[in-house]
Amino acid sequence: MTSLLAATTSGAIPAPSIEYSQLAPMLVVFGAAIAGVLVEAFVPRELRRSVHLLLAFGSLAAAFIWTCVIAASSTLFAKGSAGHVAAMGAVAVDRPTLFIQGTILVLAFVSVLLIADASHDVPEFAGQAAAPPGSAEEREGLLAGLVHTEIYPLTLFAVGGMLLFPASNDLLTMFVALEVLSLPLYLLCGLARRRRLVSHEAAMKYFLLGAFSSAFFLFGIAMLYGFSGSVSLATIASAATANSGSDTLLFAGIALTGVGLLFKIGAVPFQSWKPDVYQGAPTPITALMASCTVVSAFGALLRVFYVAFGNLTWDWRPALWVVTILTMVVGAVIAVTQRDVKRLLAYSSIAHAGFILTAVVAASVAGLSSSLFYLAAYGLTTVGAFAVITLVRDPGGEADHLSRWAGLGKRSPLVAGIFALFLLAFAGIPLTSGFTGKFAVFQAAIAGGATPLVIVGVLSSAIAAFFYVRIIVLMFFSDPVEDGPEVVVPGLFTGTAVAIGTVATLVLGIVPEPVLSLANHAATQLFVR
Amino acid sequence: MNGFPWLTIAGVIPLAGALVVALVPSLPRDSAPDDVLARTRLVKLVALAFSLIALVWVIVMATRFNTSGPDFQFTEQYSWIPQFGVHYALGVDGIALVLIGMTVVLMPVVILASWHDADNAKRSVKTYFALMLVLETMMIGVFAATDVFLFYVFFEAMLIPMYFMIGSFGVGPRQYAAVKFLLYSLLGGLLMLVAVIALYVYAGQSAATGHHGTFLFSTLVHVSLSPTVQKWLFLGFFIAFAIKAPLWPFHTWLPDASFSAQPGTAVLMLGVMDKVGTFGMIRYCLELFPTAFRYFTPLVLTLAVISILYGAVVAIGQTSMKRLIGYTSVSHFGFIVLGIFALTSQGQSGATLYMVNHGFATGAIFLLAGFLIARRGSDRIADYGGVQKVAPLLAGLFLVSGLALLSLPGLSTFVSEFLVLVGTFSRYKVAATFATAGIILAAVYVLWMYQRAMNGPVAESVSGMPDLKARELLAVAPLIALIIAMGVYPKPVLDVINPAVQSTMSQVHSTNPVPAHPVSVSAGAQP
Repeated sequence: MTSLLAATTSGAIPAPSIEYSQLAPMLVVFGAAIAGVLVEAFVPRELRRSVHLLLAFGSLAAAFIWTCVIAASSTLFAKGSAGHVAAMGAVAVDRPTLFIQGTILVLAFVSVLLIADASHDVPEFAGQAAAPPGSAEEREGLLAGLVHTEIYPLTLFAVGGMLLFPASNDLLTMFVALEVLSLPLYLLCGLARRRRLVSHEAAMKYFLLGAFSSAFFLFGIAMLYGFSGSVSLATIASAATANSGSDTLLFAGIALTGVGLLFKIGAVPFQSWKPDVYQGAPTPITALMASCTVVSAFGALLRVFYVAFGNLTWDWRPALWVVTILTMVVGAVIAVTQRDVKRLLAYSSIAHAGFILTAVVAASVAGLSSSLFYLAAYGLTTVGAFAVITLVRDPGGEADHLSRWAGLGKRSPLVAGIFALFLLAFAGIPLTSGFTGKFAVFQAAIAGGATPLVIVGVLSSAIAAFFYVRIIVLMFFSDPVEDGPEVVVPGLFTGTAVAIGTVATLVLGIVPEPVLSLANHAATQLFVR
Repeated sequence: MNGFPWLTIAGVIPLAGALVVALVPSLPRDSAPDDVLARTRLVKLVALAFSLIALVWVIVMATRFNTSGPDFQFTEQYSWIPQFGVHYALGVDGIALVLIGMTVVLMPVVILASWHDADNAKRSVKTYFALMLVLETMMIGVFAATDVFLFYVFFEAMLIPMYFMIGSFGVGPRQYAAVKFLLYSLLGGLLMLVAVIALYVYAGQSAATGHHGTFLFSTLVHVSLSPTVQKWLFLGFFIAFAIKAPLWPFHTWLPDASFSAQPGTAVLMLGVMDKVGTFGMIRYCLELFPTAFRYFTPLVLTLAVISILYGAVVAIGQTSMKRLIGYTSVSHFGFIVLGIFALTSQGQSGATLYMVNHGFATGAIFLLAGFLIARRGSDRIADYGGVQKVAPLLAGLFLVSGLALLSLPGLSTFVSEFLVLVGTFSRYKVAATFATAGIILAAVYVLWMYQRAMNGPVAESVSGMPDLKARELLAVAPLIALIIAMGVYPKPVLDVINPAVQSTMSQVHSTNPVPAHPVSVSAGAQP
């Protein structure tokens, strides 16, 4: 960036060098998103959905394969190189990033399976989001069978932003990525067909609070720029090490950027949006947010704290300790009182963010690799759990209230059994992915000297286990409610999503070795600077 | 290192049984009652057959156990999660072997005794028996694991089938009891998890492991930990085991769980699952943290004595047979813990033998109480009277197993209780003296229950009560036979246990106190 500025003043404008092959995964996804917008304009209505599906699945699969190719390429990581900085220092291509991007792409693929499932007689998405709820317009749209096929390009934009967010090597790129990932999500949240007012409320809340947190983040960037004269993570790190500049600016910068990032992962005290948004958004979008967004935001958090503030561990660790403890305890305790299954999973997601934070504060290779593993394991289980939620339906749509789930185990043992497996994984019972993940992060935390955090962590896990177990009690030990919700036979898409979640939960619990070694391999050299 | 996989196969047999049971196709909802009956009968026979195969397999394995051979036999070791130094490592010493033996003996007995437990509950008979077999696999695994991580995995995973067995098939406030059981155990397990991870981290810093973290028990025993670290880790393990065992004051889940569980489920819980707690105290608390073990001995002995007396006194006051038996177990687990922490070879051998005998004696009396309850539909002692006149066989066997519960000489439990008390007395006279009072209280709760339920005038509701059926007799007869046989001739079992106890004792450099010489009394100073 500085070289670019220097070049401009001297008159000649050299073309920036862009390593297209290394950035291909993001470019493919963004390209498909833009093509999707054109599809909306030019392709006849009846063909749109098929073309969109082709674009979305094709681009996500291609991006995933290309990510694997980059990760396996020997030239990029030759001679033990930690990775590469591409696009004039704006984007980092290193092993942790590739792992995170691969995880996001897999999770996004599964989420799009849920978004695309049209087998339900009442679709998840509103036909005409602009029509006021309950109006004649809405009814007409409904009768005309209108659907918003824009959800596919919007999702791809969001996924593209998620890919760029953890890969950004300077704070401005990171901010742009944050906005690119957030704006489509604000929109998508408001598209639920059922309980549209709740959905609108969710979108509004998410937008206002998200904008607020973005402002914090931007303000933090300004502080850090004031401190170091640069927005590049590496320059900030070296300025912090050299101790040149005002400590006030530095610490204010750390705090404000931290707030922006912690908001996205839903750490306490920045969690208040999560339950409302998770509840109000259409369930497939909730699945996307609960898996991909969390992974992406943790990736960015890890990069900023490990690269830019990597030498200031002693300064930020106490604050992050407090946040971690609060996140685990508040998430677990408030979840106990929830009666809506989506809200409950929202609070559980807050508690899980706390568990991952115990590894983040370790600020070590083990901390990074265990966070990576936890994110992959948790993301897959979460997508599976939300996929099951889309299957349990009342005549008007999903049956989210827990009382409706009573006795489900007797009516559809298979679906209830799979959901119970996901809950046991969330609770961290051995032989599920949740246990391996929890073991990994707690081990990193203890090795990093954070034993008190781990003790708080296991106590919160015990509290969390209470409400997971209570759902199992409800499903299996209670008698079915009268005219209870029916469990629809999953369509091909949702069925695949549930199957992927189930298999991943079991495999990562019983033979976690391959993915663990991948995560270890990804983390050995930390992030490129 | 990897010989013939005896233990893996022993664990796989019940698991295969569970799979077969689960795969038996269900009948459509509107089938004839006779068809349904035949199908559930098939399911039960398959389950019984697999549990018997497992029994035979373990018996064959036990005959090949060399009592003068290495500490751990039938060992297997494969790398499982190399990133964490986790191995799939199995092996048994004498202590683990007899406990596995007890498990596989109890399983067919319980299946036979639970024949109709799941029938009338509008619940899936298949599920009940499949869960039972899965539980057997996990219980074999938890005793056979020689890798701390693997042990932990079985320790936690075994809660899930038990939770479903209580919650789905139990009686009374079963949901409450199941959740209480699971949460108590999970809390203990999670505290243990912290200790397990910390053990791994400290092992990684020790020269004994070559600075590679490991969970292999054989390596961990050579890791030297500072006394402070030992104390914390000991507490992490001990609380989990004390909840499981259950030791006062961590026992409160037990009466509820044993009350709400079906008799067969309760036998597996009291007889086998809770033994994991006391087994863990010997295997892990003692061998891994000997210094901390000695440091906490006075505290634990106090808790054990309180358990013995408290369990017995509260048992006397119970009106429900199932709760009564639950509380007697609290008392008996106090004896086992006492024997373990006395740290003498008699105490340890006695405690191990006690675990086995308690499994058989409590199993027998709980199943018999279950038969009684199934006939009358009530577990209140006051609802019975004069059963002995109507069903003499049931009452007679009830008396024998009751006498085993109070450790009558000639029955197996006497041997173990005697060994525990002798072993404790040689080192901790006060504790042993108080504990002896437990024997008297045991006589009160057993004989008083017998007197109220079985003697006296025949209660109206009891008249016409049928005596034991062939199936029921077949179920409890092996247990009664074992109680008597092991009371008269406990040597074969003790021969298996003793070498393991000796090796444990030498591992922690403990010697038995020298008995006071009869001539010079003053020479009998306590070490």
